Amino acid sequence: MTDLPIPTTTASDRARDIRAAVESRLKTRHASERRFKLYGQLAIAIALSFLVVLLGRIVTQGASTFVVHSISVQVPLDPARIDQTALEGVNYDIMVADAVLAKLGEKDDDYGTKSEAIKDLMSPDFGFQLLNMIKADSSLIGKTVTVSGPLRANADLYFKGEIKRASPEEERTLSNQQLDWLDALKSSGAVKTGFNFGFFTKSDSTEPEQAGVLGAVVGSAMMLLVTAFLAVPIGVMAAVYLEEFAPKNNWTDVIEVNINNLAAVPSIVYGLLGLGLFINTLGVPRSSPLLGGLVLALMALPTVIIATRSSLKAVPPSIREAALGVGASRTQAVFHHVLPLAMPGVMTGSILALAHALGETAPLLMIGMVSFVPGVPHGFDQAATVLPVQVFIWENASERAFHERTAAAIMVLLVFMILMNAVAIIVRRRFERRW
Amino acid sequence: MTPNGSSFSRSVMPMNRDDSASHEASTASGEQTAPAAVSGPSVKIRARDINVFYGEKQALFDVAIDIPEKSVTSFIGPSGCGKSTFLRCMNRMNDTIPICRVTGAIEMDGEDVNDRSIDPVVLRARVGMVFQKPNPFPKSIYENVAYGPRIHGLATGKDELDAIVESSLRRAGLWDEVSDRLLQPGTGLSGGQQQRLVIARAIAVGPEVILMDEPCSALDPIATAKIEELIDELREQFCIVIVTHSMAQAARVSQRTAFFHMGRLVESGATDEIFTNPRDSRTQDYITGRFG
Repeated sequence: MTDLPIPTTTASDRARDIRAAVESRLKTRHASERRFKLYGQLAIAIALSFLVVLLGRIVTQGASTFVVHSISVQVPLDPARIDQTALEGVNYDIMVADAVLAKLGEKDDDYGTKSEAIKDLMSPDFGFQLLNMIKADSSLIGKTVTVSGPLRANADLYFKGEIKRASPEEERTLSNQQLDWLDALKSSGAVKTGFNFGFFTKSDSTEPEQAGVLGAVVGSAMMLLVTAFLAVPIGVMAAVYLEEFAPKNNWTDVIEVNINNLAAVPSIVYGLLGLGLFINTLGVPRSSPLLGGLVLALMALPTVIIATRSSLKAVPPSIREAALGVGASRTQAVFHHVLPLAMPGVMTGSILALAHALGETAPLLMIGMVSFVPGVPHGFDQAATVLPVQVFIWENASERAFHERTAAAIMVLLVFMILMNAVAIIVRRRFERRW
Repeated sequence: MTPNGSSFSRSVMPMNRDDSASHEASTASGEQTAPAAVSGPSVKIRARDINVFYGEKQALFDVAIDIPEKSVTSFIGPSGCGKSTFLRCMNRMNDTIPICRVTGAIEMDGEDVNDRSIDPVVLRARVGMVFQKPNPFPKSIYENVAYGPRIHGLATGKDELDAIVESSLRRAGLWDEVSDRLLQPGTGLSGGQQQRLVIARAIAVGPEVILMDEPCSALDPIATAKIEELIDELREQFCIVIVTHSMAQAARVSQRTAFFHMGRLVESGATDEIFTNPRDSRTQDYITGRFG
């Protein structure tokens, strides 16, 4: 009985000790919790600021591409200057330049220096427009026709503030006189500012003001089509076989490890493979969407297989048992029940793999897709260029006006990717079923 | 409630015979140890010398049992005793587990289910299965029931299929609850309804045997009572084998009971006899709650 008070006091003592110990640590525990929350927020803030800087830079650099300065000129087609036997050889550019000079109320000197200087401000496209008009209808000779189009890139850059009058004359591509003329044309209302539709309706060109992304967009779309038609069915079938039918032995283990390794192979290696296998051995036309699609399909395959396998794994085994239990064969169980349930994951994985392939440049460099391709590809075996390669080509160009187009092409590429990812999300939402 | 006489095999293991014994021999020796019924229904499933291995590990040892037609046989025993494994031998669901190996003979109406000539797909149409957790397909109630008849080609037209779906749902006691929402997802039903839907799905392909692997373990007492009532009704048309953890359930729904322990069939016989007068001390210990 004498023992009785002692354990009760020790018990309450212990309770008090425990509470004290817990409370003394409570502060540090809360502090560390706050700290970790802060770290997380900081990490997100840093990541977001990088993104904002990146996107901001691209947008500020590329936005000016979407504005274009264009002009309409009435050109008298003087029969004396047009040799009808050799229409191609006629110097139409000078006729355009003279017309612009007339508009400015100036006369060319005997050496033609003024018209040469004006020619530098006008896109050579005007000359081609005249040629095509006359070719189509030779009765136009002797009459006055109107041609319109963008100013030459340098003039455009002046209006956009890229070329400044303040900088010394010898350091800019335009002389003081050319700038005066441009100002005069602008104040007379001859130069119009508008949205650059040409950027979306034209393909690559040596003249920056004539260059657009249509060819690259179509090329990218065609290439992705080839990639999708190859990588998705082959990848899904391979994954279904490996996951649902293949015996689990050393062979399938080796295959599995190698698929995972393939996903990590640098993409340029696939370019080398494409060069060696598709071009040199199989004779696939180089620089074509078919070739690019084949190479990118090889690259996307491991990703599609891995995504499909993991979504097949996520389907609960009870669904397989249910199907087998009513007498479905394994193939029926897989294709009637398991694969449809895995479809959202398969689709998202595939679309993300394709979006990745869309932005891929390195392997395409190896298979000759870095080439100047004016115009839209008409077939899968025709030479084509794709958006990331177009960005690469323009970035390397020496003309300053191509740099804003580089940023604009990146914006187009990003929009393309965002659209694909949006499709992935919609598909996922749409097909997702719960069980 | 006990249509079957106790004269059925009280087949206590083992039955020292080598595994290579022929089909005829197994039947013959089966009849030696398990004399034919004097009265009551005939034997639907006759298992002899069943050994099951998961890789190196042996899960079942020389199980031999006769399961009568048109009655409920329950398998009881502590967790991991092999009762579910044995159940899955009967419709060859163990085939789907790569490391699983089954030896011995299981005859259904005198045919060895493990014979090469037996396609597991056909077998599983004859031997339906209901699982522990209700597992309706994530499709409509109608599609859940129609799936089996459709893949087996049991209906020639839409009307016939509709009729099969309705009668299956009626026999599963679910029709009145779902007849107005057949096109809604089966996964939206309550647990007990889902389990009855799964039973309807099994009935729809016209099985002879229905295997139930702890069908009520995920259900509340009211849903359980409904399933038990249903099992009692279905007994008139099917041979039902049910694995259960609940001895009360075994006593309520089954006419025959088999007690498994450590991979061996310890004892099997008429349910009332097993529960009132077990022969083996382990059965006695288990049903009185001394272990398990």
